[in-house]
Amino acid sequence: MIECKTSKAISGMGHSMKRKEDGRFLHGQGNYVDDIKLPDMLYMDIVRSPYAYAKIKNIDSTAALAIPGVLAVITGKDLEQYNLHWMPTLMSDTQMVLPTDTVMYQAQEVCAVIATSRYAARDGREAVKVSYEVMKPVIDPYKAMDASAPVLRTDKEGKKDNHIWHWEAGQKERTEKIFAEAEVVVKEQMHIPRIHVSSIETCGCVADYHKVNNQLNMYMTTQAPHAIRTVIALVAGHVGLTEEKIRVISPDIGGGFGGKVPVYPGYVIAIAASFLIGQPVKWIEDRSENLQADSFARDYHITAEMAGTKDGKILATRFKILADHGYTDASANPSKFPTGMFSIGTGSYDYDTSFMECDAVYTNKPPGGVAYRCSFRVTEAVHAIERITDRFSLEIGKDPADVRMQNFIKKEDFPWKSPMGWEYDSGDYHAGLKLAMDTVDYWGLRKKQAEMRKEGKLMGIGISTFTEIVGAGPSKDFDILGIKMFDSAEIRVHPTGKAIARFGTKSQGQGHETTYAQIIAEVLGIPAENIQVEEGDTDTAPYGLGTYASRSTPTAGAAAAVAARKLKDKARKIAAYLLEVSEEDLEWEPGKFFVKGAPEKVKTIQEIVFASYTNFPQGMEAGFEATHYYDPPNLTFPSGAYICVVEVDKETGAIDVKRFVAIDDCGNIINPMIVQGQVHGGLTQGIAPAMYEELIYDEDGNILNGTLMDYLVPTAVESPSWETGHTVTPSPHHPIGAKGVGESPTVGAPPAIANAIVDALSPYGITHMEIPITPFKVWKALKEKGVV
Amino acid sequence: MTKHIKITVNGTEHELDVEPRLLLVHLIRENLAMTGTHIGCDTTSCGACTILMDGKSVKSCTILAVQANGKNLTTIEGVSAENEYNHLQEGFKENHGLHCGFCTPGMILRATELLENNPDPTEEEIRWGISGNLCRCTGYNNIVKAIKYASAKNRGIEPASTEPEFV
Amino acid sequence: MIPAPFDYESPTTLEEAFGLLDRYGDEAKILSGGHSLIPMMKLRFASPEVLIDINNIPGLSHITKDGNTMKIGALVRESEIEHAKELIAHFPIFADVTKLIADPSVRNRGTIGGNLAHGDAANDHPAVMLALRANIVISGKDGNRTVPIDEFFHGFYMTEVQANEILTEIQIPIHGKGTGSAYHKMERKVGDYATAGVAVQLTLDANGTVTYVGIGLTNLSPVPMRAERSEAALLGKKLTDEVIAEAAKCASEDCSPSDDLRGSEEYKRHLVGVLLKRMIHKAAERAMA
Repeated sequence: MIECKTSKAISGMGHSMKRKEDGRFLHGQGNYVDDIKLPDMLYMDIVRSPYAYAKIKNIDSTAALAIPGVLAVITGKDLEQYNLHWMPTLMSDTQMVLPTDTVMYQAQEVCAVIATSRYAARDGREAVKVSYEVMKPVIDPYKAMDASAPVLRTDKEGKKDNHIWHWEAGQKERTEKIFAEAEVVVKEQMHIPRIHVSSIETCGCVADYHKVNNQLNMYMTTQAPHAIRTVIALVAGHVGLTEEKIRVISPDIGGGFGGKVPVYPGYVIAIAASFLIGQPVKWIEDRSENLQADSFARDYHITAEMAGTKDGKILATRFKILADHGYTDASANPSKFPTGMFSIGTGSYDYDTSFMECDAVYTNKPPGGVAYRCSFRVTEAVHAIERITDRFSLEIGKDPADVRMQNFIKKEDFPWKSPMGWEYDSGDYHAGLKLAMDTVDYWGLRKKQAEMRKEGKLMGIGISTFTEIVGAGPSKDFDILGIKMFDSAEIRVHPTGKAIARFGTKSQGQGHETTYAQIIAEVLGIPAENIQVEEGDTDTAPYGLGTYASRSTPTAGAAAAVAARKLKDKARKIAAYLLEVSEEDLEWEPGKFFVKGAPEKVKTIQEIVFASYTNFPQGMEAGFEATHYYDPPNLTFPSGAYICVVEVDKETGAIDVKRFVAIDDCGNIINPMIVQGQVHGGLTQGIAPAMYEELIYDEDGNILNGTLMDYLVPTAVESPSWETGHTVTPSPHHPIGAKGVGESPTVGAPPAIANAIVDALSPYGITHMEIPITPFKVWKALKEKGVV
Repeated sequence: MTKHIKITVNGTEHELDVEPRLLLVHLIRENLAMTGTHIGCDTTSCGACTILMDGKSVKSCTILAVQANGKNLTTIEGVSAENEYNHLQEGFKENHGLHCGFCTPGMILRATELLENNPDPTEEEIRWGISGNLCRCTGYNNIVKAIKYASAKNRGIEPASTEPEFV
Repeated sequence: MIPAPFDYESPTTLEEAFGLLDRYGDEAKILSGGHSLIPMMKLRFASPEVLIDINNIPGLSHITKDGNTMKIGALVRESEIEHAKELIAHFPIFADVTKLIADPSVRNRGTIGGNLAHGDAANDHPAVMLALRANIVISGKDGNRTVPIDEFFHGFYMTEVQANEILTEIQIPIHGKGTGSAYHKMERKVGDYATAGVAVQLTLDANGTVTYVGIGLTNLSPVPMRAERSEAALLGKKLTDEVIAEAAKCASEDCSPSDDLRGSEEYKRHLVGVLLKRMIHKAAERAMA
């Protein structure tokens, strides 16, 4: 049971307050980008490359321009005249907006058709004739490293190979020594496949440039409106679009999950089109364009190794990664961390030696490297450590639950310094796993498993006990394109005691309009119902880095609490003035100050706020407003213990997830209903890459599953009935002790599922399965072992 | 060549001249400016565009506007007055059955027909019943709960607690 | 995704429809449920000049029992089949198959006639109709002709229905007591096309001997396929493990699946055997119930 300090009427932290934003969505009154319609609005459609690697010989727009309603066909050569044909990626690499000569991946933007209607734009797109000289692409990232591989990024002067960067961290020599001497060493090769967030709303924008006052209003599906405004100013400042002339508005967003962080070429082309034509231009992707061209997630090839003792003590880990970045490095990572937070991969275990390295390469695939409801490569890291921990347990013949319990960092050892230099803020891993095990009756299941095995039936139990790293981040280490990763809150309380609060983040379904109000309600005692939350308009909201990587609560949520505390300090001063006592004589109860020992002498927060406009001490600044830009002192480290139970049909390979229990610890909980909702959703996005989703390319770079017919987003039938619970270990450094939760389940679920399936198959000598684990793969593995 | 059609949407009759290729979802969103019906895919997979046509749930991205001639349509805008919640809307709100809200109108319309055909569905029947409607945010648990809530309310039964259940 | 422009005709009688088919020939496509055709048009894989919408032609939406024959109009929606009590009482296979076709909203539009006339071996009804030995009524301006299902499918997207004809009715013979039917497919997720699918109908006499059997396979060959050697392996026999294994083996050998995202040829050959065994058992259980 979560304790609440405030009444339900106030609904501060801990209340499962029903969401304030729901009304408009439930009545069809949400305002998503495709719902925006402006006078004289034009429509843009994009011609895309059918080839993964080709020279553009000619673009013939004649037939397209003959179609009634088609106004223009914009090519890379057109943009080149304004020097708008290239743009920076978030990782300071470069990316074409439109190509002037070569296309580098299938579905890359080739040119854009502008028309007076959506239908005419599409007809125009079909009528543009492009001739190509097709070249042999580089698809396999391992082959990209071959000396004989063609160099793809010939646009980069002096580039002689397809290597992007090398990263390494940890204790190389000590790791090698431990591995050389260890009693037990295990190793598995694993691919964390290329996947796609596929939010149900695709990406799009309405670029609305006004020539008369040189002003751009940019309505777009972005998770980070302020950062995008800055990027637009960097790309287009030289044509007069400087930052004060750009207003980015992020309306309601139909799911983001990281896919709406980057700047896609379509946005820039739409801006250029509106700038050149002087009318608003709408661009909305199709699903297939979204799947085929927008940023992918993951695509890490990992060699994972663990060294330990025969009785189960983990001594060291080693991870070697090959990262396939596609045509450009368009990852959305903090600048200093090309592999994101992969270095959380030492896991929840108490040992002091690890070495990790990564090489990134270019291939002829779409760029990306964004999250998929996962903060900065944590999913890849957690999959590696949790799978190899199970592999280690299998090797020494000890139960994986026991091995985990044996190696967990102890509650009393926090804050704990990891071999990679992170300071884990808090956790109680033993309690989490114990609760998960009790909930599923773990030892009872192991008995049942033994009985089923005797009957030749395949049942598996998989555990994942992960540590997340979220809330980027402290300004000393964290920036994107140089901008430090703080976030912000601004609270204005009106004379009648009702408030509006604005933030630098942007909800895509996380429920900020409710939870931020609850944080402020917790501090100020103003009912959350009376606190309006607004995000997504760069003209009104304070600057912030946006919502992704489970950072909103750790950063903007903290900013809300700190700003509210500033106001509470002011309220105390006003109350003391009104009650004619000293501040020390006052006591606080949610929503009011009263005189110690004389509870009848009381001023409610509403009376105090009114006084701040009508009757305040001489010399005090009028009004009741505060702003805070919060620079977190550390990241937060949520954790979880997940257990998955599966049965496998030996004959068909079909996998039935019988139970899935998820115990999360995200510190103090703002709204249990919303936290649970986030966990449910993240778990389904965890089973997705574990069993269903992968973007598949053939050797010519053709995507083989570029629609939702073949890219298998789970339905309610594939998604099990999730069982969730929590332990609460507050973050010691966060103002309200919260940690962030949106991505934990996506991070924690895949290894639990993979471990369960491998556990089911382990009697036949199977030690690893590559995700997504499909019935076909299971059957193939059993066949290779001669079982079927 | 345009065709003259007459359709009733949420009780209001509309007469329009439309191109035969106009998709019903575009007629609703663009011509009638009701934007609660959404578009999420090209392949009839996601269900964001689900509406009721003569009481049956259909995916309006895969029906031509001309095919709706003479039909009676219900969109999310028509399931309740703006200041009211019907049992499904209430169920979704009370049980946190939505996050980003993009799939929600389609889910509600699909669930409307589901409960019409099967007033007291099991969890499995609900899951199969909404299998043509993708949600990327909620993990479906609370959508199932929301539909159960509406089912109970429709039948005059007290719905289960809307507090989150934890192990 | 937007289709290329086309003209639209909405006849209200079959005669009118035949006239339109005559006039437009190959440029016309018949629009029934539209849930295969419209997506292909949106992706511009298909761009017919004219759509002839047959949805407003009365008399094609019946499910009636006529003596020992079940008659199903071509415009009957999948969701109507799903809830057709008398049909399912005779042929429980229809409850199995409809649940696995796409999703409920698609089933509200998709028609049984369209599912067959599309001539796609990945669709589910072809295998069912092969197992049930259905007869297909094809209408043209000169009248009706009835074609056994075995002669209906000619190739990839090619059927016996000619450019100036319309599939109007499906007729299914009702077998006597002791008959059971069943369908299942492996799919990657709900509503997917089959990795492999098997339809079985069989009749058992009082001794448990198979006196009739039909077996159809889904998505295991370019053209919808009847597993004739498997049927022969069962006919006149009792359903022992050996007999069933022989039927399964025949189906694995005779089908001609290809490698794709759903699995390898080898996997599919294996699956058809497994599914056939299971469907024989399920059909037999129903036959004896």
